[in-house]
Amino acid sequence: MTDAATRQSAQGAPPARPGRRSNLTVLGVVPFFAFAALFLVLPIGFLFIGSFQDSSTHQPTLQNYFDLSEPNIVLAYKTSIEISLVTAVLGGVFGFLLAYAVILGGLPRFLRSFLMTFSGVASNFAGIPLALAFTFTLGLQGLVTKLLLNGIGLDLYSKHVGFTIYSKVGLEIVYLYFQFPLMVLIVAPAIDGLKREWREASENLGASSRQYWQHIALPILMPTLLGTTILLFGNSFGAQATAYQLTGGLVPLVTNAITAQISGDVFHNVNLGYALAMGMVVIMAISITGYSLLQRRSERWLRS
Amino acid sequence: MSGGPSVGPGTPDPAAATKPSQMRRPRQRLKPSLVFSWFVFIVGVLYFALPLYATLEFSLRTKVPFVAYRNVLFKDPQFSATLLYSFAVGVITIVVSLLIIVPTAYWVRLRLPRLRPFVEFVTLLPFVVPPLILVFGLLRAYNGQPLPLTHSELGLNVLIVAAYVVLSFPYMYRAVDAGLQAIDIRSLTEAAQSMGAGWTRILLTIIFPNIRVALLSGSFLTLAIVIGEYTIASFLVRPAFGPYLALLGRDKAFEPAAVTIISFGLTWLAMGMIAFLGRSSRSRVQVAGAR
Amino acid sequence: MSYLELTDIEKRFGDTTAVKGFNLSTARGEFVSFLGPSGCGKTTTLRMIAGFETPTSGRITLDGGDITYRPPNKRNVGMVFQSYALFPNMTVNDNVGFGLRVRKRPKSQIKVRVQELLDLVHLGDKGGRYPYQLSGGQQQRVALARALAFEPQVLLLDEPLSALDAKIRVTLRHEIRSIQRQLGITTVYVTHDQEEALSLSDRIVVMSEGHVEQIGTPFEIYNFPATPFVASFVGTLNILPAKVIDAAAGRLSVAGQEIRIAKRVEAQAGSTISLALRPEMVTLGEGVEGSNHLRGTVADVTFLGSIVRLRIQVADELVTLDVFNEPTLRLPEIGAAISIAFPPEGPLVLGTAPTLAAIDVLDEEQL
Repeated sequence: MTDAATRQSAQGAPPARPGRRSNLTVLGVVPFFAFAALFLVLPIGFLFIGSFQDSSTHQPTLQNYFDLSEPNIVLAYKTSIEISLVTAVLGGVFGFLLAYAVILGGLPRFLRSFLMTFSGVASNFAGIPLALAFTFTLGLQGLVTKLLLNGIGLDLYSKHVGFTIYSKVGLEIVYLYFQFPLMVLIVAPAIDGLKREWREASENLGASSRQYWQHIALPILMPTLLGTTILLFGNSFGAQATAYQLTGGLVPLVTNAITAQISGDVFHNVNLGYALAMGMVVIMAISITGYSLLQRRSERWLRS
Repeated sequence: MSGGPSVGPGTPDPAAATKPSQMRRPRQRLKPSLVFSWFVFIVGVLYFALPLYATLEFSLRTKVPFVAYRNVLFKDPQFSATLLYSFAVGVITIVVSLLIIVPTAYWVRLRLPRLRPFVEFVTLLPFVVPPLILVFGLLRAYNGQPLPLTHSELGLNVLIVAAYVVLSFPYMYRAVDAGLQAIDIRSLTEAAQSMGAGWTRILLTIIFPNIRVALLSGSFLTLAIVIGEYTIASFLVRPAFGPYLALLGRDKAFEPAAVTIISFGLTWLAMGMIAFLGRSSRSRVQVAGAR
Repeated sequence: MSYLELTDIEKRFGDTTAVKGFNLSTARGEFVSFLGPSGCGKTTTLRMIAGFETPTSGRITLDGGDITYRPPNKRNVGMVFQSYALFPNMTVNDNVGFGLRVRKRPKSQIKVRVQELLDLVHLGDKGGRYPYQLSGGQQQRVALARALAFEPQVLLLDEPLSALDAKIRVTLRHEIRSIQRQLGITTVYVTHDQEEALSLSDRIVVMSEGHVEQIGTPFEIYNFPATPFVASFVGTLNILPAKVIDAAAGRLSVAGQEIRIAKRVEAQAGSTISLALRPEMVTLGEGVEGSNHLRGTVADVTFLGSIVRLRIQVADELVTLDVFNEPTLRLPEIGAAISIAFPPEGPLVLGTAPTLAAIDVLDEEQL
């Protein structure tokens, strides 16, 4: 068999034969696309079209998007972005350090699998249970609150310190609970991908440990680190249940604004809600695209 | 260039002229990174363990210990009712998802590799559309003709399963795809075809059994997601576990703590199963996102 | 004075001994190969020279200085890895210049030196590429340039050609050897491919299961193997059991037919020894005056291109011999009766260390 023929058969696609054969095979994936169309694309399409409609006249308009500049909404976006940025960066940095510690840091081997399993659990623990758990920890009657009060006399909830878990800062602390693990889970394979020979080659060429990290390891990991941080950003931006349970709409968030829209509470302008939703979709799309592109770049390097 | 680069002997290290007896084997240096690693790990453990411990401690603060658990597990019909509901929805979701994903992944691998980017794009969409937006869209789209699913119990149940199936796509597809990659489905299929098997038989008797581990991993993850889910369940007004927990959190004191611990235990169980199943293969651990 | 010297090197991993009793003195500029099957300890020994492993006991000196416990980034040896190990995030230029950057040479000097080396490995125009844009052979040449850039005292190569196609392997190994000669750098080359070792080295260290079987020039290793292992590992070999008739006169019986060898045999009459016979020593037919003959039948004829390999059944033994191919060749048929010949000096007695003096003595006796 010639090289070209072998390559072609290895790729799995028989040469395109016109007629019934190819139609039949496409049928195999129709359920998938049909389902996605019905229950994913259609709803989003609905929102998309609706965002360009006026709520009373149903005429096409861009007014909804202009209304996004209304101060409440701008504040919601600002807060959401701030929380997402903070938790993405902190989550990214500490998550990476944690993954590094158990993989390359010299800790006992079993701690690595323990951390991986726990990260799988913790990243799934988001939502109501997480919010509840933190009220028990740092809430008014929380364990740590009491510990600090009785132990070192620090009253978190005093006017002085002015801390409360039911706030933007509180959300940031809570969100980290699923941001760290997500970072650990995605970054761990990348750290694994750092070939031992690269380290040895760098030592052989005279580099110290610091130089190895500075010139070789960190640059190689950077696309994954950056990409995952962007993913973390999107992750935090779209979180609803945790925020709602913890702060009940107190903290101005885009998710809260949308929640209010669905419930029809504040604005009786459902189309504005659609615009809000599309705004969120755009941000998420940018986040996912950024992540995918950077992941692809890092895979190319780590595969070599 | 004159005769090529020169490689001299390099300057020999003057200090190296020591007698062998003077060179002592260096002690196993306590790497500074080891101290750092332990520090990072312990900080991590503290951060993760404290809320769990606090919840556990709170749940046991009742006058008679474990009262809260007893109340929840045995005296609260809503606990078992909603857990059962979510569990059932989860199982149906898994079945539907598998029935859609496995043939699709199989076909893409075997016959339609050109469609792969499209399929992968679609499986990434649920990340772009958070549950909140999804349920928003579903509510508007199916609120009236031609498919007024929001007007009936059955319709709403269909919607929640559909929503969860969509949410499960990324994880299921990735798990199944990884599983298919590990076995040579091309050869298996051709061998089966040469012996006269049809597509259904091939899928059921050859493909499914050989990717069992991957299927189970994806299933457990989906189950964990479904049981813990709140946003979609609450907006579709379904008697699911998530809304039950939220309600409990607003009304009672100790019971929410107990349920949180139980919920954590269940999630750990699911994840433990996934880790156990994947212990031989070097598959990636699956992740879920924020909620 | 030896340049690179390993004395009584031993390496244990827990209960396993990977290397034991390794002794080697290399002269400056010498090309030495470590040859052996997987797991024989050759790579471990190389890594001890590089500093990635520390010997359990023993000493390594380089140009007079003891480097046994020196950290790997302070040894001034250049290593080429089997998997190339090029840094994927850097261009070829940056890869090659890395060692110089670490040593804080001025940028202009680095630039010149990098170009020099890339020209040396015939990749002068590829400086701006990234590793993933290069073929395997090109990547390995960059790795070589990188290892040589900072003028190391020793060059170490760990099976550098194993991952490459056969054709490229041959051209690249010639290039490596010519560069090494040009630069005059002491080189240690690890391989399991005996053709590589034989064609490249000044001396070969044959290893098996952690210890040294023989150290010698390629000629010595091939023609005068010191142990059965070396004899069978290097080149193809016919091994024939022979019964001793007359030890002093070298008369033996192979498959019931008498032959004579030009060596004294250290064995009792009546006992059986192993003879090793290289295929190139055997010819078809009666051979020259004084040759040994064995009669047998043709078992197999395999056409290999430039040579034709024949396998002759002599009683219970199969003897392989090679014949040069030429169009006028008439090959015997399978099953035909045939006679093969070999000179008395041909066979090696496995286990003895023949010397040229011994052969002379016996020859005189024969006269």
